[in-house]
Amino acid sequence: MKYILKKTLMMLITLIVVSMLVFLAFNIIPGDPAARRLGTEATPQQLAALRKEMGLTDPLFVRYIRWATGFIHGDLGQSYSYGSVSKLLIDKIPITISMALMAFLIMVVVSIPLGIFTARHQGSVVDHVLLVVDQVVMAIPPFFSGILLTLIFGLTFRLFVPGSFVSWKTDMRGFISYLIFPAIAVALPKIAMSVKLLRGSVIEEMRKDYTRTAYSRGNTVRGVLYLHVLKNALIPVITFMGMALADMVSGSIVIEQVFSIPGLGRMLLVSINNRDYPVVQAIIMGVAILVMIVNWMVDIIYRIIDPRIESL
Amino acid sequence: MRKKNIAILTVLSTLAIALSGCSGDKTANPSSTSEQTTGAEANGADSKADASKDSKARTDEEKNATLTVGIPQDLDGLDPHIVKAAGTREVLFNVYEGLVKPDSEGNINPAVASEYKVSEDGKTYTFTIRDGVKFHNDAVVTADDVVFSLNRYKETGASIFENVKSIEKADDKTVKIELNEANSEFITYMTVAIMPKDYKLADSMPVGTGPYKYVSRSPQENVVLEKFDDYWDADNAAHIGHVVFKIESNPDSVVMDLEGGSIDMFARVTSTQEAQLSKENFETYKGSMNLVQALYLNNESKPFNDVKVRQALCYAVDPSEIMSFVSDGEGYEVGSAMFPAFKKYFMEELNDVYKKDTDKAKKLLKEAGYPNGFSFTITVPSNYTQHVDTAEVIAEELKEIGVTAKIQQVEWNTWLENVYNGRKFESTVVGIDASTLNASSLLARYQSDSSGNFINFKNDDFDKKFKEALATVDDDKQTSAYKECEKILAQQAASVYIQDLPSFVVLNKKFTGYQFYPLYAQDIAKIRLAN
Repeated sequence: MKYILKKTLMMLITLIVVSMLVFLAFNIIPGDPAARRLGTEATPQQLAALRKEMGLTDPLFVRYIRWATGFIHGDLGQSYSYGSVSKLLIDKIPITISMALMAFLIMVVVSIPLGIFTARHQGSVVDHVLLVVDQVVMAIPPFFSGILLTLIFGLTFRLFVPGSFVSWKTDMRGFISYLIFPAIAVALPKIAMSVKLLRGSVIEEMRKDYTRTAYSRGNTVRGVLYLHVLKNALIPVITFMGMALADMVSGSIVIEQVFSIPGLGRMLLVSINNRDYPVVQAIIMGVAILVMIVNWMVDIIYRIIDPRIESL
Repeated sequence: MRKKNIAILTVLSTLAIALSGCSGDKTANPSSTSEQTTGAEANGADSKADASKDSKARTDEEKNATLTVGIPQDLDGLDPHIVKAAGTREVLFNVYEGLVKPDSEGNINPAVASEYKVSEDGKTYTFTIRDGVKFHNDAVVTADDVVFSLNRYKETGASIFENVKSIEKADDKTVKIELNEANSEFITYMTVAIMPKDYKLADSMPVGTGPYKYVSRSPQENVVLEKFDDYWDADNAAHIGHVVFKIESNPDSVVMDLEGGSIDMFARVTSTQEAQLSKENFETYKGSMNLVQALYLNNESKPFNDVKVRQALCYAVDPSEIMSFVSDGEGYEVGSAMFPAFKKYFMEELNDVYKKDTDKAKKLLKEAGYPNGFSFTITVPSNYTQHVDTAEVIAEELKEIGVTAKIQQVEWNTWLENVYNGRKFESTVVGIDASTLNASSLLARYQSDSSGNFINFKNDDFDKKFKEALATVDDDKQTSAYKECEKILAQQAASVYIQDLPSFVVLNKKFTGYQFYPLYAQDIAKIRLAN
């Protein structure tokens, strides 16, 4: 109980710091949202009036408090160009989250068997070749593999039409199938990393005393691996995968650009460009909260797998 | 088991080789191109067959067709009286109309008004509302709607309405506007969007009188329009039934999306993108961007406060050299703050005021007290590749006369804040466009007290001539006064005027009929299916 309390408190402090940093950052970087909106034809009077309307004339601290109170009450404020931020994000969150979850699923399904496989066949030709491939895939950033995937599966094999994103509201199947390739692009380097991690971890566990004991009790290789070793070997992998999930959400910023997906990432980029503070703040806070929740979940899963891990 | 694994492995490794073997070359893809060609041919054959049928079938086909237009950025709003971005105006052009409407030739034609009269003294405008013009919500346009819309626009602080004394409804079909002072250009501003009286949802559900009606919008994704069947002007009614403006925020994927078929049209592609597209599937319409690109000099910062220095730069910079580097020689040279589409005001002879002459430039610099040249900074908005490229060519050209130009790229917002609004800069390369169809939309900013005079140009003769032009009701006198203004700008070398940039609009050959406008407008109603 104390553990959870401590964790929650830490979470709150982190959130406050993050929100303050975002606020501060926008105060430092040049660019005036009112000028941005009115463009080159604005008169000084119009600018002043709009600044006042946007509430930009108040001191930074006052603006921060106003925003924070709203945020706590669930009011994310008004975007400068899209109306209610909450309504806007409700539209965008499912896109990015679906993509991240698909990528996560692909990662889990591919990397765990592959990791165990390479560990079991350690030192064989297959293992060596896989390691090389693994290294290469790890080195390719998602935006580049995204371009390659578009080129190969989009333009050559015509499995999907680049840029033909459809909303889940109009066509659920089209939506899912369009997201498969970006999800693969996001998942690829993560797969490579977790395969390597799992392989190393399994090999290490296999060398430990308890494994020898398990063998001496007459267990088969398979039995030892799946009943004893895997449980321990998975712990570092789960930490990694948890962080990878959070990373996939934030990494969508780039991949959404490559595949022209109008999700959270693109919204964030555009809003930064337009100095649409309320939207940027909401998205960054959202991502921060998500990262923390994932971390919290990782902690919980840890304990289920290994009850020895106590409140630290 | 082993064998199977090896098989998987081989597949994986070949895939890896295939992946690494493919470079990022987006165009080299013969197989896909040919595939698409056959598709297009089949389509062509289809529509030919249709053409032989009666026109009814063709109309139906067009009504069911969807045109997807890629646009580089999302709309900055939907309220026509508030939005500022040129990219938004060109989309809303299809939804809203004013009392008058520009056409592709640059004429102002009656639209919601069927005719208008101007009093002798040029101060009273009487508009007769056209019979049977319908809003997209089926209501008929009345004088009340017009008065409401004009007043609504006035409240946004639009500067042209400072001159408006009153907007009154004379009867159900007539609206009278009184001005404080005669302004012969007033009519060009009457393109203000007309919307139903007391309409509250203008920022979420636009209702206008244009050839297309608004259907829906998804932020950063698309804006969907649909043909308006009750459009008043049967001759200029829309052909294509459904139009989707799709936001293409990543310029690198424009070519891919066009070739892949997720967009059919894109305005303002670069010459490089244009060259990458397959000629069998896409038609390129060449026009101009309708802006004045120049190396704008801050006339108040040293050494540009000296007219001789400014002239020296003009002699050193050769627009044709810039054009050949930046856009393969396409583009239209300008010698003053006016672009060629304004045929009435454009003076081609001003292009020759400063022929490239490095000796003359050096001599002028010497006279101004800079025999060894000087160095200065060009601040360029980094999101405009053409302007950045232009700045680089200029920097090279200026080296010949011993002047060193440092190029500083800044983000658009920084540019707006520091250069345009703050006027803290030495020089910048940008393009300035015209928001309304009149000469003053380009020239007014050079008045010494104008809020748009970001280059701090100051010239009494100019101010006098410009006021003269505005006050006169006589068209010829006005035109010649404006031309005087242009001449002064050229002679005083207010800035180094370069060109009106070329604009390439690509349209899938399934469609045809794109037309350029002398201002920001994408008139989708003109586009129809090719046969």
